[in-house]
Amino acid sequence: MDFDFTAESPKLMMLLYGVVAFAAVVGLLLLVLDVLPSRKDRWVALGLLFPAGALLTVGLIVPAVRTLILSFMNADSTKFVGFDNFVWMFTDKTSGMLPDFSSDPVSYGVLLSTVMWVLLVPSVSTAIGLVYAVLVDRARLESFAKSLIFMPMAISFVGAGIIWKFIYAYRQEGEDQIGLLNQVVVALGGTPQQWLLDGPWNTLFLIAVLVWIQAGFAMVILSAAIKAIPADIVEAARIDGVTPWQMFWRVTIPSIRPALVVVMVTISIGTLKVFDIVRTMTGGQFGTSVVANEMYNYSFRFDEKGKGAALAVLLFVLVAPIVIYQIRVMRRRRLEGSR
Amino acid sequence: MSTGTETIAAMPESEVPATPAGRVRKRLTSRTASAVSLVIALLWTVPTFGLLVSSLRPEDQIKSNGWWNFFSDPQLTLDNYQEVLFGTTASSGRLAGYFINSLVITIPSVLFPLAFASLAAYALAWTRFRGRDWVYIGIFALQIVPLQMALIPLLQFFTKGVAIDGFQLLPAWDLENEAKFVTVWFAHTCFALPLGIFLLHNFMAELPGELVEAAKVDGASHAKIFRSVVLPLIVPALASFAIFQFLWVWNDLLVALIFAGGPKNAPLTVRLAEMAGTRGNEWQRLTAGAFVSIVVPLIVFLSLQRYFVRGLLAGSVKG
Repeated sequence: MDFDFTAESPKLMMLLYGVVAFAAVVGLLLLVLDVLPSRKDRWVALGLLFPAGALLTVGLIVPAVRTLILSFMNADSTKFVGFDNFVWMFTDKTSGMLPDFSSDPVSYGVLLSTVMWVLLVPSVSTAIGLVYAVLVDRARLESFAKSLIFMPMAISFVGAGIIWKFIYAYRQEGEDQIGLLNQVVVALGGTPQQWLLDGPWNTLFLIAVLVWIQAGFAMVILSAAIKAIPADIVEAARIDGVTPWQMFWRVTIPSIRPALVVVMVTISIGTLKVFDIVRTMTGGQFGTSVVANEMYNYSFRFDEKGKGAALAVLLFVLVAPIVIYQIRVMRRRRLEGSR
Repeated sequence: MSTGTETIAAMPESEVPATPAGRVRKRLTSRTASAVSLVIALLWTVPTFGLLVSSLRPEDQIKSNGWWNFFSDPQLTLDNYQEVLFGTTASSGRLAGYFINSLVITIPSVLFPLAFASLAAYALAWTRFRGRDWVYIGIFALQIVPLQMALIPLLQFFTKGVAIDGFQLLPAWDLENEAKFVTVWFAHTCFALPLGIFLLHNFMAELPGELVEAAKVDGASHAKIFRSVVLPLIVPALASFAIFQFLWVWNDLLVALIFAGGPKNAPLTVRLAEMAGTRGNEWQRLTAGAFVSIVVPLIVFLSLQRYFVRGLLAGSVKG
């Protein structure tokens, strides 16, 4: 039990350097600002936007363009191969990308699995979040009740992966089960299952983990939207004598539609990039892999930069339309309300 | 465990609910409502609770029966934590070092984007120049570039520098050991900026314009306005972005896997993912290790939840 703290000191020095550098940078920028003529907004803006702009250019814009170029090149980026990497993605039967319905168990392939994630996680998380938000709305202990559902948001995907791996743990029939799910199954008279090994259902058990993490987010946003419904709408509906059920479907849901869209869109984008859960729980084996996981494998493990970059581009292409729609909505709002 | 959830949805009959949701709930028998919300609350808390209980049980107990047996046969021990944090055998977690790595990675990765984003957000909200809206929309649009789009070239940039036709434009970042943290900070800072600028700009744009105008009339420079007028007012926004970024960086696996390199610099998440892969049946280590990694974010989250929620509601989401 001899943990060597002295070995750790260089790291802490590094941390100190980092904090000092931070202070120096901020101080310098403010100093420069003081010196710049305040009459000329253009110069001030340039000075303020420069550090962020430079970092975004070097760290995000240039690399993204480069990835786009790499996706049209071969494995070690030495020559252009046209659309080969994209063709491979959608046609190669051996890569595991495509579904194979003749195999036993059925394998959905990476692309279809990803689609399953993106359809299920946002819809189920939003539904659970909405139901819970409605149920605890204005109840006693509301904020405590919300914290319980919200808490998994603070847990890393890796941590959540381990928590659920433990829930799904398998022991042979007749032995004491250590996983909660198999214990429940046994208690109900069933036989214990290898939840994470047996396709095609194992993907669903991974999807459950992300639902568990995201439902709290949906609940928080929708709860705020429900509280913001104008009282006079509710009053008018009540005077018209609608039943509570109609009230929910015809007043509540239409009133919070924008919030529902935001929640669904946000969770969809996050779900497309799911990587940590799959990697921690199954390593992408047993037919559970998704696009983001394969992107990592091809780029950083198999040294297939072209295919890795193509998979990254695929993610971008899937995310882009959703966000372009969002930007258009935002612009409209900004132009209406711009000073 | 939650004993409070039973009382949820039990409302006094006399009270007339003002929200449609309230009316729906009132019509549903409160018993059904309570049952449903209790089931959800249990499903959402039991997994984590089970992990905590397990991590405090002796190894032979964890491996031979379920954690729910703890209540009939309570045996508490801190051995798992001792082993996973400070153990010296190859199979132990040695998480103490990784814990420090997580801290060293996270603190600057929160501070830098906070500074750069608040300066840029100020420029976009309170200075006037041509093309301001386009710059803002461009930065917002960058939120959609998935991390995956930037990883391969960024790694090449760090390891090889920038060369065109054999001519080295920028040198490679030849960083060893502790200095490798710099690349992780750099990556996290770049990836955080679009969200940070967007979030802080939304807060700043809502500040009353008269305040800034008045200061300008008094002859204050932008630096002074930023320091003494705007900054104190956006503390809540800074807090919510800081919490976001903290949780994001502390919990991140992908960036750390690629840029942090070996055990010298890897954070907890990398080590845990490794243990889950190679020691899948060492539940006594996995449970304690997982808890070590989630305890800091949980504390931060529970104590600063208000700010976090406020940030979420400002329409900010990181992907």
